[in-house]
Amino acid sequence: MALLDLPLKRKLAKQDQPEDALTGTPVSRFSRHLILCLVGLVMLYPLMWLISSSMKPSNDIFRQLGLWPENWDFSNYAQGWTALDQPFHVYLINSMIVVIFSIVGNIFSCALAAYAFARMEFTGRKLFFALMLGTLMLPGHVLLVPQYIIFSQLGWLDTYLPLIVPNFMATNAFFIFLMVQFMKSLPKELDDAAQIDGCGPFRTFVRVILPLCVPAMATTAIFTFISTWNEFFGPLLYIQNQDLYTVPLALRAFMDSEGQSMWGPMFAMSVVSIAPIIGFFIAGQKYLINGIATTGLK
Amino acid sequence: MSVLIKQPSGAAPAAAAAGGKQRIRPSRRRKQRSGYLFLLPWFLGMLFTVIPFFASLYLAFTDYNLFTEPNFVGLANFQAMFEDPRLIQSLKVTFIYTFVSVPISLAVALLVALVLNRGLQGLSIYRSVYYLPSLLGGSVAIVMLWRYIFGNDGIVNGFLGLFGIQGPAWVTDPQFSLSTLIVLNVWTFGSPMVIFLAGLRQVPGMYYEAASIDGASKWRQFRSITLPLISPIIFFNLIMQLIGSFQTFTQGYVMSGGTGGPADSTLFYNLYLYQKGFTEFEMGYASAMAWLLLMIIAIFTAINFIASKFWVFYDN
Repeated sequence: MALLDLPLKRKLAKQDQPEDALTGTPVSRFSRHLILCLVGLVMLYPLMWLISSSMKPSNDIFRQLGLWPENWDFSNYAQGWTALDQPFHVYLINSMIVVIFSIVGNIFSCALAAYAFARMEFTGRKLFFALMLGTLMLPGHVLLVPQYIIFSQLGWLDTYLPLIVPNFMATNAFFIFLMVQFMKSLPKELDDAAQIDGCGPFRTFVRVILPLCVPAMATTAIFTFISTWNEFFGPLLYIQNQDLYTVPLALRAFMDSEGQSMWGPMFAMSVVSIAPIIGFFIAGQKYLINGIATTGLK
Repeated sequence: MSVLIKQPSGAAPAAAAAGGKQRIRPSRRRKQRSGYLFLLPWFLGMLFTVIPFFASLYLAFTDYNLFTEPNFVGLANFQAMFEDPRLIQSLKVTFIYTFVSVPISLAVALLVALVLNRGLQGLSIYRSVYYLPSLLGGSVAIVMLWRYIFGNDGIVNGFLGLFGIQGPAWVTDPQFSLSTLIVLNVWTFGSPMVIFLAGLRQVPGMYYEAASIDGASKWRQFRSITLPLISPIIFFNLIMQLIGSFQTFTQGYVMSGGTGGPADSTLFYNLYLYQKGFTEFEMGYASAMAWLLLMIIAIFTAINFIASKFWVFYDN
């Protein structure tokens, strides 16, 4: 489909596209920037408002459109941190556990599968590849009930296993696809050279291909981080024990204890919960944007 | 060029095959085996996909409730669905949400991508700023924030108040509650925008040069060059956005505190499925619901693929 093979195409685009950074009259350029800035401000306004509200006393939050707090109040953070059954860092650690295992699982299993699809010859490769692409479009909710039953019979309810183990089984076809695309762009001569030097497929994979796949693995890691960190449905389904709550579940618990006095602390913890995403986004922008353009991943 | 390079490697096995009967060499068999070995985790994952896939199809025809053995009930679940007003309501909510927010966010995404593609300084900054919300749109924190932004005393009504307009109770009025989530979805237009941008960058600049020499206006260039050449990407975005928004869950759950309220106005299909399957434990019914949605998604995807023959242009 419209899945783009970026490294190659980008080179082409550079040749074809005239450098038109300075086209148009200064006025039209200025007005374009003005519009884009305004749109950007409107889009970021909710986030900035959230951050500023987290530093206001609860009574000041509403009906205040301004972003600069009149009365600074950082007690929201202290209050929010201890408002639930457990201090908030417990939920942060819980989320980190799930995230780290999910990243390791996705990279490990998807890279293995991708190498097989991209480089190896075996009977049924095309069929399996088509099957893999088919699962890209399969809505997950169809599998929900039986998977829940399986997990509950394994006694995995109220553990992180249902959230982690599927990632070790290459169930995320997006990442396989991403890595296949990437591995295909590596010169095949590398494999041949390694083979001549006496490397078997595993050594070739580990010593030659994997080190070159760092960009694709970084993309996988960042996307896994963001989607797992945000993941709400899985934990909602499988985690009942409050001590095991991940961050999204903890935030939801704030909503249950609603009341005007809780808004400030709730906003403070919301900021804490999205800060890692914004941090990863800033650090890994390059990989994110390339990744999304390659596979159409959200 | 690639043909020249490929030829020798393609010719070699043919020559070898011509040389006489070929046994499968041990090295090749080993290669076969290691291919499967690499795919081992994936095979396990496929088992874990294929078995539940058919199990849920079977459960859709039973009255399974997690506690007693499933009994085969034929089409009873499907019949019950057509008489279930909440199910019909949840379909309505999901359809309205999808068919309003997907076209709007794709149009905004394309428009912004077009402006950004004109080669502006600071492109990467704009791109990042517009893209960031799409990473956050599905998070509980942001949906909760939305609830307060659109609350009675929230900033939206505060802003309207500046102009002397008394804003409605966005969140608690069933007439308006879904529209706040549509706005939230449009806010995340960044991910299709990035895909559009990548596509626009591949349209060769010389086409525009030729067109402008021929005196084609900017609009004409857009319609006759840009639109056809990026139509595969529009199509791809459309499919992915449709499939994604049919499966919306978190937004409805958090906005309504899990109820789908007020008056079921944010009862997304998957939220109702969750309520049926995992709070009422009517898992047979929930499986039937899952299959109905799968069929709906399949039908819409198929319609799109058929319709795409008339508007998507593949340049081979």
